[in-house]
Order: sequence, then structure tokens, then C-alpha cells
Amino acid sequence: MARGIKDRVAILGMGCTKFGERWDKDADNLMVEAYEEAIADAGIDTSQIDAAWLGVGFDAVNIGPSGIPLAVALRLSDIGVTKVENYCASGTESLRGAVYAVASGAADIALALGVEKLKDTGYGGLPVRSRGTTFDMIGLTGSAPGNFAQLASAYRATHRVSKDDLKRAMAHVSVKSHANGAKNPKAHLRKPVDMETVLNAPMIAEPLGLFDCCGVSDGAACAIVTTPDIARGLGKKNIVTIKALQICSSNGWELQQGGGWNGSYFHTTRVAAKRAYEEAGINRPREQISLTEVHDCFSITELVTMEDLFLSDEGKGWRDVLDGVFDADGSVPCQIDGGLKCFGHPIGASGLRMIYENYLQLLGRAGPRQRRTPPSLALSHNLGGMPSQNVSAVAIVGLADV
Amino acid sequence: MSGDPGILSFGAYIPRKRLQRAAVHSANAWFAPSLAGLAKGERAIGDWDEDTVTMAVEAARDTLVGFDRARVKSIALASTTLPFNDRLNSGIVKEALTLADSIAAIDVTGSQRAATSALIQALRGAVSDGDAQLCLASEMRKSLPASESELLSGDAAAGLLIGSGEPIARFLGAHSVTMDFVDHYRSAGMQFDYGWESRWIRDEGYTGLIGAALKDALAQLRVEPAAIDRLIVPIAARGVPEMLAQRAGMRPESVANTLVAHVGEAGAAHPFLLLAAALEQAKPGEKILLAGFGQGVDVLLFETTQALQKLAPRRGVKGSLARGIKDSNYMRWLFHRGILELDRGMRAELDQKQPGTVLWRHRKAVLGLVGARCSKTGAVQFPRSDISVSPDEHLAHTQEDYCLAERKARVVTYTADNLTYSPNPPAYYGMIDFEGGGRMTVEFADLSPEDIEVGREMQMMFRIKGVDEKRDFIKYFWKAVPVV
Repeated sequence: MARGIKDRVAILGMGCTKFGERWDKDADNLMVEAYEEAIADAGIDTSQIDAAWLGVGFDAVNIGPSGIPLAVALRLSDIGVTKVENYCASGTESLRGAVYAVASGAADIALALGVEKLKDTGYGGLPVRSRGTTFDMIGLTGSAPGNFAQLASAYRATHRVSKDDLKRAMAHVSVKSHANGAKNPKAHLRKPVDMETVLNAPMIAEPLGLFDCCGVSDGAACAIVTTPDIARGLGKKNIVTIKALQICSSNGWELQQGGGWNGSYFHTTRVAAKRAYEEAGINRPREQISLTEVHDCFSITELVTMEDLFLSDEGKGWRDVLDGVFDADGSVPCQIDGGLKCFGHPIGASGLRMIYENYLQLLGRAGPRQRRTPPSLALSHNLGGMPSQNVSAVAIVGLADV
Repeated sequence: MSGDPGILSFGAYIPRKRLQRAAVHSANAWFAPSLAGLAKGERAIGDWDEDTVTMAVEAARDTLVGFDRARVKSIALASTTLPFNDRLNSGIVKEALTLADSIAAIDVTGSQRAATSALIQALRGAVSDGDAQLCLASEMRKSLPASESELLSGDAAAGLLIGSGEPIARFLGAHSVTMDFVDHYRSAGMQFDYGWESRWIRDEGYTGLIGAALKDALAQLRVEPAAIDRLIVPIAARGVPEMLAQRAGMRPESVANTLVAHVGEAGAAHPFLLLAAALEQAKPGEKILLAGFGQGVDVLLFETTQALQKLAPRRGVKGSLARGIKDSNYMRWLFHRGILELDRGMRAELDQKQPGTVLWRHRKAVLGLVGARCSKTGAVQFPRSDISVSPDEHLAHTQEDYCLAERKARVVTYTADNLTYSPNPPAYYGMIDFEGGGRMTVEFADLSPEDIEVGREMQMMFRIKGVDEKRDFIKYFWKAVPVV
């Protein structure tokens, strides 16, 4: 494996809009809102940014092609701006561009911004779209909940978990995230819910009910990165660095019968997590990771992801969930900001939103939801696609001297 | 040596749903109370994703059980309700069956006796040993709510494989008359039939035309009426076959059941469907007289042979009847047939445009469910790709065509999706593993909610995947249905 980029890139500043139904804002307004917070946090001027990456998931109701909309919205100073798209992992993908630019020395300061304007579709959930002319003839275009719901059927069959037990564990995931989201002023959904409400909600895609699904939101998040030396030179005291950033894309292995995938987990997440732990020098993740933000697009996704990140034993994640291991006061909190479930899920922004929360928590700036035990290493997991074919991004950030 | 021409094989397909006539009548009784007498039993209805082409494919697959498809040298598809006016419907069937490119194909239409007329042509042309002609008939008529036709019609398809050699039923001859008797008609562009008085049709059409044709046919073929073991008259009107048998001097027990109680009358496909049912029940040495009626009459005479007992087991009519599930949702059926508009929501607005170039390039995969098998490792995959699906091997350009349509499969993952648009919500779909290798994510059809679980055995069926309503184009593909 390559040497990796541990501690070679520091986060200089971050920003994140309020997520939600931003009826009054266009995508470029949201970009500016996230950017203004990030640049103020970084304490630099726009002209100091050498390169920028823009992460966006959906074109149809959004900003159209290229990085130009970002350059125009922020009035960037004649720099290279690249748009990236990697399904729901587009946010982390945009950060990868910026981080690699700094790590390589090609840029001193780089910006990553993810944005999504989803509430102009006219209906709830993600926009329905083509996946290419050939795919549309032989492939399956289900809804996102339908694609992820299949994890549950395979998980039950693989680990012999009853429908009721799994449904309760999934409900616990959502109840926990609602409790966390209620404390977050920027979250889309801020109302706590109880188990009964979750269990009795209308079925969206069996066995996922309404509360097993995350919110679809408008929003943007932004990161400005540089080298630790430049950050110190700019007067930064507590430096948060990138410990690891790994992305793994499906190559069709899951859809090969002989490969042995059983539909109950994310192959790519396991690969990306192993590589990220190695890059960050982590060998006991359950003890070393202080908190996690994972891609909880659906409750079942979060549940199996805890196993794929090696934070639960295979087949035991549902028990750990019910035991409260990932609650805000548990041993490894997950979605302390409400997660995709309640903070919301503006596709292109989500990966950066997760890192934003981890960054705030590491610096002790998370307000009423601040983890009391001071965190030192925080993991974010940003997933795009569907269980049978996806891209999984794992980023670990931490305090520079840890 | 050229053997006797005749029927080599038969097959049938009746859609799974049986609409309860009482449910139809209870909705319409306020307007058409006189139909109460017909509000008994059930009729077969195709699901939203079925049409005469998909039903014909299923009937053909059933017909070809145990036969080498390479023997098929021509295909004829008879129907008055084909989806395309100018695109060879039987050509779609040919692709779905992955028959050789070098075969002839024809759509036969325009009359309720299209199938029997095509059958006569095929039988008279059956000269070359080994070659076989596939004759298919399929019908899915659209009827106005509160009409008699709505209650009496049924959706179904059937197939006959014709050739010489060792037929299961030898062709003894045929007789045809053609007269412009307009009992009903449907002009180009019309959705529904317009019919004349039933008493006149019974007297002049059934009694007069069919009665005379039966008599003339028997005289020409020098067969005594009492020698007929099975008389097939594909007319749903009550008592008509019995009346014709009596008038012609045939034994009352020779009259074949018209399947009206559980299927309904399947238009141009009905003669084949009833013939398939008769062949299922017949013993060797029986004489079967088959009539087709529509602007004239076709009469065909067959005699079953010992080969009938050697025919491989198949679904047939019996198996199709056994697959039936009762359905009382009249509104859903009206919606599926495009008679009732529903608010389908914005998710239904996805453009279904089908680029013709892509369909042509991928016709084997799309219409024939042809994937690939690696010639080095034997790994099966769908769809085919230049570099093998197995990344460990990383073999390039090693793949050979491999058809998955006839392979059984098992469910690996599934869901019932209420969010995605489906004309029949919830949309069932998931991942399946084929016996012998190959895996795909696919839509499920013909499913009951209590009958789906990881490990469930499935089989593939040719169905409508989507409809481009803007440009009036039907997109076909394969779906997994539970093995029943």
C-alpha cells in the first residue's frame, strides 16, 4: 500500500448551512452560505485559494455541468475548479480532490464544497433518473429505500435474526438519531421520536418504514484545507488533520454469484475501512475511534455499516445497537449530530457535513451536543449507490498531535 | 422419407390473475343489470406488464419444451390485439426465444380465425422432415366497462409446433369458407369492438355458417359425425357447441369444454387454447375436429397418435389453470388496461424513451436474456462484458453467449417497494442467483405478499419493462416469477 497522507493535510476552516427545505435558496445561495462560514473560520481571503472541487450528486434539478457554478457563486480568482460526482459519496470525493492537491504540493490552500438542491423536484425522496440507455433496458431502477431494504432480507437470512428483532434494532437507530438531531440547530428534522412511532410508521420499502429513511434536504458544506505548517503559520493552535481518506468502488464483484457476496453487507466499506485504519495507524478501532458519522441513509445501512467498519462483530451489530453502544452516551457514538437521518441528506454536501461535525467535536465546538469525553479520532463513512454496487468513502480526522 | 404432417407439440399460457365476474358486475350492475346472468365464474386477465407478445412468448416456451429450438424454421403469430401495427410482433417473439436468425416470421391478424387459417397454411406446408413451424395465437381484447365482452373475454395464448415425422396428432385435412359476415368489427384505430345482435349471430353465424361448414368438412373428409371424439367450437355463447354437435349428429360427449367458466373466450387464441386442452386429455387414436370462426369458417381434422404419450410434461392448459389466483380488484384491471386514469404522481413521469440503436446492439441481452459464460473459468454473468465479472481472474475477451431465460433461480435479497412508481404497487424486486451460475438484480412479477423469502425458487418470464407513452413504444425485458 502507498504511504498515505496521514497528517500531511490540515483542515483550515469548515462551514455548513442549515439543512432542510430551503424553499428560498438556490444552490448558489447555499454554496455561499457554507463558504462564508468556512472562510471566516479559516481566516483567509478568497484570493488565497489555489484550487477548488465541487461535489454534486444530481444534475437534473441542480446546477448543471462543470465546476463553473462554484467559481461563479464564490467569485473564485481564476483558479481550476472541478466538479466531481460519485453518487452520495460526492461530498467526500470533493474533499479528496482538495486534500490530494495540498498533499501533492500542487496547491497550498484548496477548497472542497458539496451542495445539493433537492427540494425543487416536486416530490419527496430522491429524483428518479436514468442510469444510462443500456442499463435502463436491463437494469433495475428501484427507489433508494427499496435498494437498501434488501440488506435487511439478506441480513436476516444470513444471521438468522427474526423480523421483529431486526425491526426493533433498526428503530433504535432512528430513535437515537432523532434524539441527537433535536439538539442540532442546523438539522433538518429536530423532533425526537419514540420506538412505537417508528415501529408503526407507514411502510416505504419492506421492512423500512418512514422513520427508517433519512430526510432529503437542501444544503451545502465546505472545507478549506492546507498543510499543517501553513495552518500554524496562519495562527491556528488546535490543528485537525486528515489521518486517512480512502475510497473504494464496486467493480461488479457483488453481482458475481461465485464471489460469495450474500447481500447483507457492504464489501466496499470493509475494504475502505481496512485501508483507512492502516493509513491512520489504527489497529483497535473500537477503542481508538472516538466517534463516527456514518452514511445512515437508512437505519439498516447504519446497522450493517457498524459491522463493516469493524466496530461490531459480524452478525452482532443489531445487538450492539440495541445495547446503546452507538448512542450519544455510548462507547462509540454514531451520528451525534443527527446523521443523514435528521441533519438531513443534501447528497453532494453529506460527506463534508459528516467531517464538519467531526471537526467541531474534535475542537470542542459542538455546543449542546458536544461529546463530554474529549474525542481525538473521528471517522466518517460516506456511501453512494446501492448495496449491490456502490462507492464507499472512509475519512478519519483527528487532532494533529495524536 | 417424409412422414405425416401434423402437430408435434402444444403449449399454453394463461395469465395468473382470475378476475371474478361478480366483482365486475357489482360495480356495473347500476348501469347494466341485465348482465347479472353472466356474473358467474372468473376470467383470465393479464397483468399490467403483459400483452399478446409476452403471452405468446410464454406459450411458445411451453410448446418448445423438449424440442431442439434449432428445428424451428418459421414462426407465425395470430392475434387481433398485437401491440405493434408496423413492427413484426412475431419478430420480438423470435428474439425472446433466441431462435436462429435465419427463420421466417409472420404476424397473422384481422379475424377471429386468424390462428386456424395460419395453422392450415403451416400444416399444408409441412413437408420437410425435421423442420418445424411454430404457430402461436395470443389475444388480449380490450372491452368497454359494462359490456358483455368484458365478462366473457379472457386473456390467453397457446402454441402448436407443426411438422412432419412423428406427430402427436396427424392432420387429416381442412375445409374453409370465407364470407363477409360482420357479427362484430374493430376498424383500424378503434379500441373496442362494435357488435350486432346476438340472436342474429347465433342463427345466421353459428347455426348457419359453422353448422354448414362442419357438415361440408365431414363430407369432404369422409368421416362419420359419430366418429368425432372431440369437437372444438371456440364460441363462448352458452350452448352453441352443444347445439352444433347435435345438429351435425356428433355425440354429445364429444363437445369440448369452452373454458368460459375460468378463462373466458380468448378470441383468435381460443381455438389453439381449446385444442391444447383437448390434446392434454386425449388418448391416441382420437379424432379431433377444430373450428375457427370469423368472416367465414375454418374446419380442421386431426387424429392423435401414440407419440402423444411420449410428449414431455409441460404446463399446458392444465398447469396454467392451476396457477390461477382469484382477483376481485376490478378497478386495478381497468387501470392496467388503460381504461381508467389514475393520479400516478410525478415519479411516473420518468421518460422511457428507448434508443433504437441501443436495443439493436443489445437485442440478445434485452429480449433473449442472453448473458455470457467465460470460456476459461465457466463463470456465468449477466450482462456480457469484455472483461470477466470475476476481478481475480481478470480475463478479457473470453466470453461466450449463455442464455439464462430457461434457468431456475433463487432469491438472494428482496423488497416490496411502495415508493418507486409501479402500476401494481408495491414493486417487488431483488437479487437472484441462477442455477449453474449467474446473478442479477431483477423485478419480480406474479407474486403474492406471503410467498416471498430469501431462497424462494423463481423462474424467468418475458414481460413489459416499461412503456414510453410519449412515443408509444413498449420496452420488453425479463422478470422473475415464483415457481408454482
